[in-house]
Amino acid sequence: MNKRKNASLLGKRYLGCGNEKGTIEVHETPGNALGAYLDGGRIRVFCNAQDATGDTMNAGEILIHGSVGDAAGYAMRGGAIYVQGDTGYRCGIHMKEYQDKKPVIVVGGCCGSFLGEYQAGGVILVLGIGAEDRPPVGNFCAAGMHGGIIYLRTEHLPADLPGQITAKRAGREELTKIAPLVRRFCREFGEEEEALLSSCYYALTPNTRNPYRQLYVNN
Amino acid sequence: MALSELYPPYEVVRNPDRCIACRVCERQCANEVHRYDEDLKKMTADESKCVNCHRCVALCPTRALKIVKTDHCFRENENWPKETIEEIYRQAGSGGVLLSSMGNPKPYPIYWDRLLINASQVTNPSIDPLREPMETRVFLGKKPEEIHRDEAGKLLPNLPPQLELSTPILFSAMSYGSISYNAHKSLAQAARELGTCYNTGEGGLHQDFYPYGENTIVQVASGRFGVHKEYLSAGAAIEVKMGQGAKPGIGGHLPGAKIVGDVSRTRMIPEGSDAISPAPHHDIYSIEDLRQLVLSLKEVTHFEKPVIVKIAAVHNVAAIASGIARSGADIIAIDGFRGGTGAAPTRIRDNVGIPIELALAAVDQRLRDEGIRGNVSLIAGGSIRSSADVMKAILLGADAVYIATAALMALGCHLCRSCHSGKCSWGIATQRPELTQRLDPEIGAQRLVNLVTAWTHELKEMMGGMGINSIEALRGNRLMLRGVGLNEKELQILGVAHAGE
Repeated sequence: MNKRKNASLLGKRYLGCGNEKGTIEVHETPGNALGAYLDGGRIRVFCNAQDATGDTMNAGEILIHGSVGDAAGYAMRGGAIYVQGDTGYRCGIHMKEYQDKKPVIVVGGCCGSFLGEYQAGGVILVLGIGAEDRPPVGNFCAAGMHGGIIYLRTEHLPADLPGQITAKRAGREELTKIAPLVRRFCREFGEEEEALLSSCYYALTPNTRNPYRQLYVNN
Repeated sequence: MALSELYPPYEVVRNPDRCIACRVCERQCANEVHRYDEDLKKMTADESKCVNCHRCVALCPTRALKIVKTDHCFRENENWPKETIEEIYRQAGSGGVLLSSMGNPKPYPIYWDRLLINASQVTNPSIDPLREPMETRVFLGKKPEEIHRDEAGKLLPNLPPQLELSTPILFSAMSYGSISYNAHKSLAQAARELGTCYNTGEGGLHQDFYPYGENTIVQVASGRFGVHKEYLSAGAAIEVKMGQGAKPGIGGHLPGAKIVGDVSRTRMIPEGSDAISPAPHHDIYSIEDLRQLVLSLKEVTHFEKPVIVKIAAVHNVAAIASGIARSGADIIAIDGFRGGTGAAPTRIRDNVGIPIELALAAVDQRLRDEGIRGNVSLIAGGSIRSSADVMKAILLGADAVYIATAALMALGCHLCRSCHSGKCSWGIATQRPELTQRLDPEIGAQRLVNLVTAWTHELKEMMGGMGINSIEALRGNRLMLRGVGLNEKELQILGVAHAGE
């Protein structure tokens, strides 16, 4: 698909569903499931997006110059979603990675509750721009997380992190991984790279890949 | 020998006159029950490890072995049977949730066995299926309500995508991971030869099995393992798994120990990582949300594939099915509470859900009452044990049935209900190479073909007896059923008269 502009997509669902190449630009609020099963190419949205953006996405890039609704990047396995503003509930839920497939979600603002629930792989970076005085995520962040990593640009960790999560202040090694994501974010949305990178980041990782191992007894 | 408050439930009986100490039993037992005692120069057994899978019995060359239930007992107590007491011991010792496999073994009513099929006498003569054509082919999918013609009067093709099956029997969802590569290969080959479909379950589709796409139903469940565009496009239909009869309302959990090699590749998750399917789809909270997933799956496959929505049979199944029939789904699969599983919490398996017979009858009736029966086809599953069960399901309103436990038995399963241990001696519910190689997929496929061919022939015999020559004409024909020993309410829900009426 060639680069195209379309002004009559207001509320239309499944835009770019399963696309493999090309660029779609969206200038009016798209409907749910934008870029579901996306397999390559790029979708650039110049307003807010709704629920289920990038559902089960496999490759490609979704860039949202605005905020996004619930369940963005559900079960995403590859590619990247960059959100300038905030996300709703359950962002990055059940995100997973496999070999060279390593999904990325970068959020400029804050995320709703259940960020990275059941996360099994991939990277979520929340920059929390404008929310420097509080945790940039809602309740139950990383509930059931058993793989991947969540980076939060904050000095205020959420108070209710589950027991299987280790939160560690990002050191030089982590910052070298965060830097290219921040750079891509700033190039797209025009933020100050230096200022963002010189902040405090926390890395959340699960301390087990088998969170339910002790739960059962054979009968 | 392990010290335990649990006395072994089985005894290994070895006939010393027949045993030649060839040690086949020792090599074949994945649970390490048998051992050769060098000092005594004879075979011994630790029956505490025995799961009664019959592998040793079946392969003993001198038929020296049999497994019997122990007569060791507790003081008799109707309120506290042996199983209940032992479950308490297990939980007191471990603090764990009881985990079981295969279908609900409890003595709930089996309505199939309370239903009888009609036959013609004198009038409306019966048909001999050996001489006359009998149509067992079925088409699953939404049927158009109106036909449209062009100006020349020619029919405009407006038929939504259909799943064409040569017999109304499909193999139901079992993931690669819960069962072995060779078991999947057997199912795929048999489905192709029979002109029906097998179902990937939520484990992705192994690269080797893409050529069987026309006979494959690809499943999408809450974990979305191995789901991508190529996978969705590979099958003949897509199934959205909302629920499973053996464990309604809860998700799936394949332990990291089973995520090895090809299973990891096919699910597209790293080796050793747990594969967790959450209980709900976290993007589905309503019929409208379900519709969104169904339509997104259609969108990505260019509206060429029928979409199945699979649910467990639960209390208000009729209302749920009515919603699904309006969700854009083409087929609803209903899984009854006796359906099998590779692992489920015992309490859920044995106490949650309702029988498929009642659920199926209620759904078919509800969809008819609402005038939307043509919106969807119905597949019934959850312990279909014979061609008679298939026939009764069709007469209660099913378009086709799913079988899985029966299919596994054709592959060698002896229903020892130990799938969750991952040590299946028959090479079915395991990923251990030394065990999986025991199942030859060529032989497995042939045995599946034999089973379904035999059932199909029996279906034709029963159809012929009723004087009806196509499955399509039998669907929902409840006049061909009578109940025995059922109460008024049961008869009312099943929509059948009592025998003698």
